[in-house]
Amino acid sequence: MSTILTVSNLTKKFGYLTAVKDLSFTIEKGNVYGILGPNGSGKSTTLGIVLNVVNRTSGDFSWFDGNMSTHEALKKVGAIIERPNFYPYMTAIQNLRLVCKIKEVPEDKIEEKLELVGLLNRKNSKFRTYSLGMKQRLAIASALLNDPEILILDEPTNGLDPQGIHQIREIIKKVASQGTTILLASHLLDEVEKVCSHVVILRKGQKLYAGRVDDMMASHGFFELQTTHTEALLQFLKNNNGFSKVTQENGLITAFLNKEMDAEVLNRSLMEAGIVLSHLVKRKASLEEQFLTLTNSQAN
Amino acid sequence: MLRLLHIEFIKLWNNRSSKILIISYFVLLTSIALVAAIKFDIGPIKFHLAEQGIFNFPYIWHFNTFITAFFKLFLAIVIVSMMANEYSNKTIKQNLIDGLSKKEFILSKFLTVVSFSLISTFFVFSVSLILGLIYSDYNELSIIFSDMEFLLAYFVKLMGFFAFCLFLGILVKRSAFALGFLILWQVFEGFVRGMIRWKLFDGETTDFIMGFFPLNAMWKLIDEPFTRLGAVQSVADQIGEKFDMDYGVHGYEILIVLAWTSLFIYFSYALLKKRDL
Repeated sequence: MSTILTVSNLTKKFGYLTAVKDLSFTIEKGNVYGILGPNGSGKSTTLGIVLNVVNRTSGDFSWFDGNMSTHEALKKVGAIIERPNFYPYMTAIQNLRLVCKIKEVPEDKIEEKLELVGLLNRKNSKFRTYSLGMKQRLAIASALLNDPEILILDEPTNGLDPQGIHQIREIIKKVASQGTTILLASHLLDEVEKVCSHVVILRKGQKLYAGRVDDMMASHGFFELQTTHTEALLQFLKNNNGFSKVTQENGLITAFLNKEMDAEVLNRSLMEAGIVLSHLVKRKASLEEQFLTLTNSQAN
Repeated sequence: MLRLLHIEFIKLWNNRSSKILIISYFVLLTSIALVAAIKFDIGPIKFHLAEQGIFNFPYIWHFNTFITAFFKLFLAIVIVSMMANEYSNKTIKQNLIDGLSKKEFILSKFLTVVSFSLISTFFVFSVSLILGLIYSDYNELSIIFSDMEFLLAYFVKLMGFFAFCLFLGILVKRSAFALGFLILWQVFEGFVRGMIRWKLFDGETTDFIMGFFPLNAMWKLIDEPFTRLGAVQSVADQIGEKFDMDYGVHGYEILIVLAWTSLFIYFSYALLKKRDL
């Protein structure tokens, strides 16, 4: 598998503030990566550095095994950072033609990409007349013009309405299914969970985790329980060594497993103990819960 | 290089206000020909400006380059805003992400500046040549093509001025403020001249020192042509005044402006390189 991007010991300081601290990770071809982190955790700064618009303080990065200069490499990359930036007085077609000139690719893909993001019927409208969702879609079309090796998206659904968010996600899925490597920065965890196979988690510019999403969620999951015999149930769970932590909220008891256990097994043993459940759900921890556990445990 | 110029051309030509300003600039350059039409015919007083010798070769090169240089302010607006707009639209960021290097970005702007200067010079050359052929009293080839250094000076003057505008656009990032800064700088140079003259040196040394300031250096490239005019000189002779001025274009003046031009372009690049976008 070939490496697309290698980041090693990257550090960026803005005055006293360290935005990115000693960050290292690699992006392999063919995967969908998510960079996760709360606002201000250094996601955009990191992307800015590898995209040649922010100067690094120390550390290094290299595109495509370091065989070409950054701006040459960027011609094989498609990227959108935060807000779509185009010339407001130019039409979609004119803007995309300009991008083709910069990327040194032929202009014959413009119509195809506009079709992909559903903007073909508005191709001759000026950019400033577009809604935010349309601007964001045009940005995606522009990033895809060169059929990039990797598509980098920074908060692509920020500020969009549910329909817009859905459209963008559909486009991302479509692009990913064609085998394009994707790097998606977001603070929306369900977004990352839905489309990414790998994650890099950042907090205050430091890497907390990098690896497969599945591996990260390799806990045994937890039960959500409800009963009229709350006291008895709590006592039962406390005496059972299969549970690591039990919490109670609004009458709903959440019991975290520290080893594998079937819902059926639990239900049977509770019945034998005379505790009747009105609610029983076994769940895997979501990325969100994992993320919160991870960021909190590091904070303390 | 053509690619960079083409990129810049797409950006400029699709912007309506830039387009209007550029067109009106070149119309104005051509309109110097209208001076020829100035004609008073009030009873006994007959005055036809074109007959006063302003269109004589080689004086016309001096006169026209001096006058048309004032129109450069129009293009200055275009250049400052083409730079500042890249910042306010954040398109500079997108350009870099799309794979334009910072060097290419500055180069594309500088090439535009050079093209503007070249085209202007060519325009002034053509218009002057035509006007001269119509009105000049001397039509020998050797006279027509003497004093051509004024055209070179004109080119260098425009290029230096536009490079300064480009630098201000990058430095200030807002077109209105950048233009304000340009005016402020002009006032500043005037102020420095006043202070030096008042406290330090005599007139000649002051002129020499001021020759190193960018705007002053550009101004001095082409000296005012009016006192060189035959009519004006004969009037001066009558009242016993004598203008003894050196109207030529000097090599060191061109060098100073070229040095400033390269400094401005280098500073623009250094600034862009240092800044986080």
